[in-house]
Amino acid sequence: MSVAVVNAGPRRGWKSVSTWIGAIIVGIAVLCAILAPALVPHDPFAQDLDKRLLVPFWMEGTDPAYILGTDQLGRDYLSRLIYGCRISILIGVTVTVVSGLIGITIGVLGGFLGGRVDDAVLFAITTRLSIPVVLVALAVVGLLGSSMTLLVLTLGLLLWDRFAVVARSTTMQVRNLDFVAAAWCAGCSRFRILSREVLPNIASHLVVVATLEIALAILLEAALSFLGLGVPPPLPSWGLMIAEGKDYMFFSPWVIVIPGVALFVLVLGINLLGDGLRDLFGTHRTDT
Amino acid sequence: MFNFLIRRLVVAVLVAATVMTLAFILTRLSGDLATSIAGPNATQADIEAIRQAYGLDRPVLAQFFDWVGRALTGDLGESYFFKARVSTLIAERMPITLTLGLTGLVIALVVSLPLGILAAVRENTGLDRVVQMVALFGQAMPSFWLGLILMITLGLNLGWLPISGTGSWQHFVMPGIVLAFSAIPALTRLTRAGMIQAMGSDYIRTARAKGLSRASILLKHALRNAAIPVVAIAAVQLGFMLGGSIVIEQVFALHGVGFLAWESIGKNDFPVVQAVVLVLAVIYVALTMVADLMNAVLDPRLRGP
Repeated sequence: MSVAVVNAGPRRGWKSVSTWIGAIIVGIAVLCAILAPALVPHDPFAQDLDKRLLVPFWMEGTDPAYILGTDQLGRDYLSRLIYGCRISILIGVTVTVVSGLIGITIGVLGGFLGGRVDDAVLFAITTRLSIPVVLVALAVVGLLGSSMTLLVLTLGLLLWDRFAVVARSTTMQVRNLDFVAAAWCAGCSRFRILSREVLPNIASHLVVVATLEIALAILLEAALSFLGLGVPPPLPSWGLMIAEGKDYMFFSPWVIVIPGVALFVLVLGINLLGDGLRDLFGTHRTDT
Repeated sequence: MFNFLIRRLVVAVLVAATVMTLAFILTRLSGDLATSIAGPNATQADIEAIRQAYGLDRPVLAQFFDWVGRALTGDLGESYFFKARVSTLIAERMPITLTLGLTGLVIALVVSLPLGILAAVRENTGLDRVVQMVALFGQAMPSFWLGLILMITLGLNLGWLPISGTGSWQHFVMPGIVLAFSAIPALTRLTRAGMIQAMGSDYIRTARAKGLSRASILLKHALRNAAIPVVAIAAVQLGFMLGGSIVIEQVFALHGVGFLAWESIGKNDFPVVQAVVLVLAVIYVALTMVADLMNAVLDPRLRGP
């Protein structure tokens, strides 16, 4: 790739509008997640059977106290949406921490040590890719009972492949650079070279992977919760909200439209931010 | 070429063996299977009877080797709930999952190839950015939700397509569209990148110098080279789609293999669960092998020494 190709795209990196949109969406979502108890107008778990399936603000006959209406048990939809955001972000981040620890460790070891170790790492990645993620996650949760911890561990143990692939290939590139050779000559230990020389230099790639993985984990959690084997009710996961609204969707479509749009926008925002970061780091690499 | 084939085959067999072991461990995760099959109201005697009837009183290793031995001869055991051979159950439901997967793949290719070519030809223009946006949108779309929305709009409001079930080919259109969404982003990006690379190559410059028409250069010379990785990845994507169709089969009440697995998970019918995991993994491994072979046949550089 020549320099001309890099410069050909106008408005790249942080300047690009799409990255900003992504950053704003993610920022709002993170704020909602952290400040959820202070933000919600009602208790997201409080049921009021007199106020079932109230319509949201853009429709006729809305109740101003419930901006996004209520669900089939009369729980405030906005409050549940905000708490659902908390669950999505929490699961996305924790799953990525687990999968990142696993994937980066084996990827860096494979790329750095090479030989037999690398063969084993490649084999582990191939095997992992052949395992149907949704099915296995469903089976684990189905057999052991649904809980947040189990869900996070299961998804974390299943989603490390992309971390491993990227950590392995970038480590291989960095391993042969001059400053690593210099560190060897200076008598640094293997551990020191890995932690001080290799890891900081592949970190930017790993951050990009992390954003994609958070987005993927959020989508998978929603799908599993939708199938009833993810976050246990009455926790307001967006996937669970869609599942609960499914029976009413033909008469009150907004009960599935609202959480679905929230899910779509959040995942899109994370992906936009990730793409922007990739461009940003990409430019850095060509600058230095 | 022969060595390449053998090596690839050995890896495939090893992967299948590993998945088999993992599938076996997976179904034993809950600890005592007999208790969970018997249900909460069972007496100790019931549990004991189940344990003996299903051979769960034997040592775990004996159960494992028994399962592996039988699976190698094509015998995947017996379902507890359906009272039928697991292999028969899977064979009965496979056509639906395969139809769904292939429909999804065809829709994905029909959408992503033109989009990718278009974006490559108009690289760095507004059109290119729109195509990349479409890919990002597809990536962010929750498939089960898209399914429900299509049911409301195309099914209920417009009445174009049936909402659920498997009566006719129309029943596979909506789920096929939803499934295609998961493959469109990757296939579009790959087509675009491949076309951009091909358009910058020497043989395209030669073709231009010969004065060939734009259409001929694009479709006959550039696309033919850009299509190699796309075709290979399409095979891999089909593997992912078959594994991921469980959610969509559930949404549209398509009684395919994914639906079978879903039912069996709810009923603790572990012979079915472990068999479906194994079958889907083997199909995926076979498809990646096909992809690698296609790559090697089409691009001699990949065959190695």
